[in-house]
Amino acid sequence: MADIITRDDARALATRILEQSSADETEVRIESGLDGNTRFADNQISTSADSRTLDATILARFGTRSASVAFNRFDDRTITAATAKAERLATLAPENDEQMPLLGAQEFRSNNAFSDVTASLTADARVDAARGVIERATREGLVSTGFIQRVANAYAVTNSAGLFAYHRSTLASYTTTVRTRDGSGSGWAGSTHNAWSSMDAPVELADRAIAKARQSVGAVAIEPGAYTVLLEPTAVGNLVQLLRGALDARAAEEGRSYFSAVGGGTKIDTQVIDERLSLTSDPSDPLLLDRPFTGEGQPVERTNWIENGVLANLATSRYWAQRQDGVPLSSPTGINLYGGEGSVEDLIAQVTQGLLVTRFWYIRGVDPRSLLYTGLTRDGVFRIEDGRIVGAVKNMRFNESVAAMLNNVDAIGGAVRVVASESGGLGPPVVVPPLVVRDFHLTSVSEAV
Amino acid sequence: MKLDLVGIPVVECEREFAGGGPTEQGPRIPESRESMSISRRSFVQQTSAAAAAAAAVIPAGTPRLAAMQQPQQGDPSLKLLAMRGLDAARSAGAEYADIRIVDLRTQSVQTRNQRVTRLGDDETLGFGVRAVANGAWGFAASPVLERGEVVKVARQAVTQALANSRAIRDPVSLAPVRAYPDGFWATAIQQDPFEVPIEEKIDLLLEANQAALAVNGARFASSGMRFVRQRTTFASTEGSVIEQTVVRTYPTMSVTAVASDNSDFQTRASGEIAPMGLGYEYVRDVNLISSAPRWARQAVEKLSAAPVEPGAYDLVLHPSNLFLTIHESIGHPTELDRALGYEANYAGTSFLYPPNEMIGRFRYGPEIMNVQADRTQHGALATVGWDDEGVPADSWPIIKDGVFVDYQTTRDQVGWISDLTGVTQSHGCSHAQSWDRVQFQRMPNVSLLPGAEGYSLEDIIEATDNGILIIGRGSYSIDQQRYNFQFGGQVFFEIKGGQLTRMLKDLAYQGTTPEFWNSLDMLGGASTYELGGTFGDAKGQPAQANAVSHGCPPSRFRNVQVIDPSKA
Repeated sequence: MADIITRDDARALATRILEQSSADETEVRIESGLDGNTRFADNQISTSADSRTLDATILARFGTRSASVAFNRFDDRTITAATAKAERLATLAPENDEQMPLLGAQEFRSNNAFSDVTASLTADARVDAARGVIERATREGLVSTGFIQRVANAYAVTNSAGLFAYHRSTLASYTTTVRTRDGSGSGWAGSTHNAWSSMDAPVELADRAIAKARQSVGAVAIEPGAYTVLLEPTAVGNLVQLLRGALDARAAEEGRSYFSAVGGGTKIDTQVIDERLSLTSDPSDPLLLDRPFTGEGQPVERTNWIENGVLANLATSRYWAQRQDGVPLSSPTGINLYGGEGSVEDLIAQVTQGLLVTRFWYIRGVDPRSLLYTGLTRDGVFRIEDGRIVGAVKNMRFNESVAAMLNNVDAIGGAVRVVASESGGLGPPVVVPPLVVRDFHLTSVSEAV
Repeated sequence: MKLDLVGIPVVECEREFAGGGPTEQGPRIPESRESMSISRRSFVQQTSAAAAAAAAVIPAGTPRLAAMQQPQQGDPSLKLLAMRGLDAARSAGAEYADIRIVDLRTQSVQTRNQRVTRLGDDETLGFGVRAVANGAWGFAASPVLERGEVVKVARQAVTQALANSRAIRDPVSLAPVRAYPDGFWATAIQQDPFEVPIEEKIDLLLEANQAALAVNGARFASSGMRFVRQRTTFASTEGSVIEQTVVRTYPTMSVTAVASDNSDFQTRASGEIAPMGLGYEYVRDVNLISSAPRWARQAVEKLSAAPVEPGAYDLVLHPSNLFLTIHESIGHPTELDRALGYEANYAGTSFLYPPNEMIGRFRYGPEIMNVQADRTQHGALATVGWDDEGVPADSWPIIKDGVFVDYQTTRDQVGWISDLTGVTQSHGCSHAQSWDRVQFQRMPNVSLLPGAEGYSLEDIIEATDNGILIIGRGSYSIDQQRYNFQFGGQVFFEIKGGQLTRMLKDLAYQGTTPEFWNSLDMLGGASTYELGGTFGDAKGQPAQANAVSHGCPPSRFRNVQVIDPSKA
């Protein structure tokens, strides 16, 4: 198996490209990746893939004019041609007075984002992992579908101002959907981590998805309305990750954001969500393990976005910080929302009357002014009465503001890392608790299972 | 109110807001009745929308050669490399193998107000080998186009297939396809977008922004152009060697107005400008500069538009809105792999199940409803000569006189339903987003054919007593079996007594797919047919993007539930 690029090789390649450039300023980014994935459906493997990539992007600048060119061949002729193209395009670009100078050398913290076990997971090992679910589902007379993916990535950035940064990481995920033969029940389970060995075992995932598939048979329709819901961590992650893009100072100050204050300015220092909840980013958080610098090499430190419900920070680009006399703060990637303890089961015991939601699907923004989103429940909705699950409920569409949801909190569990993407893909880490939320707006019934 | 239907708000904003979802835009709308005829004429000349509509019902022959500009024949050394890879796969035990060598170039110019925010010209080159061994699929890919690497990767694909065969029950069975030893096809374009000077593109975009910002109340204008050129050399162990060049062009714009006290903001984007399988001539044809002031005025007007009174309305859906409804409620549920559970873990399944109870039996809509799948349509995004497993482009009915008749298929799927449809060859729906992803079943262009009565949009509005005209795509969401949907739009106009009365906002239509399509009662004629499209159709794990167009006329749907999502 080919490996991802090492620190030394990345530096050598980036330097080779940098040396070709005659622009005023030049930045070179190197990305190297290994992707291995396996899918199964109808209790058998359908497709799989192993690929590797190595890409470079050169950014050329003349004064405040700039352009970039990405390429993936590294013979001298291609490098010379790509460099020349970037320089030619840059000279044709108009002046951009928002452009900031490239960063000089920086200090970076390291973290344990790379796992050898994940990087060396073979196609054969993925087959074994798939069989862990397939065999159990088959034995139960159910139909399993699933997706196993692991990636190993290296990212390096260097520039003519003397910066060099390198980071490597791995990520893995395993998601499975188990359905009854007649299509009347469906259950989902998923797990993700940098380290394959830290994830739930395939048989645990199988058991969770199988239990939900069985329990969801015979779901009954309920009236649309405002319900108390117990959102499992995955469901919370599906929605809370949407805050990432909204936490932007410029959009807020320009009046284009939920975090804009009426009359001007932002909502910083005001209560925006339940006072028991806090939202942070931190590449050193063992649950997050993000890259400790941005694409251009700006160090990323622990940031409190929301502290005890109060908006503390908004992401601020280097340009916007300079203009507004503020401090640059990169946008959140990995996020951790916390403020409670206990499992989903613990929270079920606290609910007198409500609905347990496994996850959401096809979430789309409806109104950015209020962070209003729509979407549907999927793969298991259950009625809770007096602390116990008493039956299955048909899927529902919701129209709800993420901000309102985080204000209408009755109870908070302990935060865990979830597969927050609807596709089961490997996104930035999302660590969130299960939440009991009142007045959650379920607006129509779906016949989908 | 004058029929000033111009402009369809869009997407860039929705995309940023929602994050990561499909990103679509719709077809164009003429400025007024007066200019409509002129604009329409030029549209027909330039992009042959009417011809495309006609072509949609004509069965595909062999793939056409490019009418305009033929790219260079591929480097013969690529064919040699391909052969080397296929030989290696065969020697390693493959029962079947194919290889795709793909050179993808993407140019992007993005602007905001008077600045260029991104100027990039990217290229990625690599190959992927797919193999069947011991009845199972395997796939491996690499960017290193060298003999030794091709051999190694081909063997890796076979080794992986053999490993996978430990967990299969039904061996892969491929429907027959003719060998095309010298296949060649290219998108018919008049002007290669990569040959147009970058200064010209920048000037056009900045001028469009300036035209928008000249409108009082318009605070932010963003515009951009994206161009894609994909050159593929495909070869299979069954003897095909096919070279194709696909070109796609996507101009966009959006304008945001902000209330003076920051209490509200509204965005209007260029939804009527669809991405197309055309060259730079399309950018000239759509003319962002002349439309920009209208989009800006509508962004400002949205700030003071009336909220909708929720209830049942007759909806007149412009193609720039309806195309995405077709995508979601017809395109996706008619994917055969989805119907049979192969996408259950992400994209979902389909209400069109089981096939034996659906094919030729399920009433999708009224008799006037005809839907055609078509990969031969001029200007459409999913139009190719051959698909990504060497099957020639096809055109076939999905819904005939309101009844569902066939699914979308690939070579390994068509056999699952051939005794129900009588169709034994693949419809040619295999596609991979790039060289490093494995090909699988993806949506072709799926279009609603125009009506025989030849109604204009004005005819439909005049015939409507209590309705809403919806232009452009807004927020779109549908469940994983494609029943329950909630679709928004960019601009909404109230219709009272056959007249457009005022602009509305904050609304979405909500319904269930079969009920909705059975409420269709008026279709525009052939001259109203337009293509909408998206670069961002997502499916598969890992999720892959597909570019696809949907043609349709403006159409009317009776008694559809309209909601204000913030009060639903």
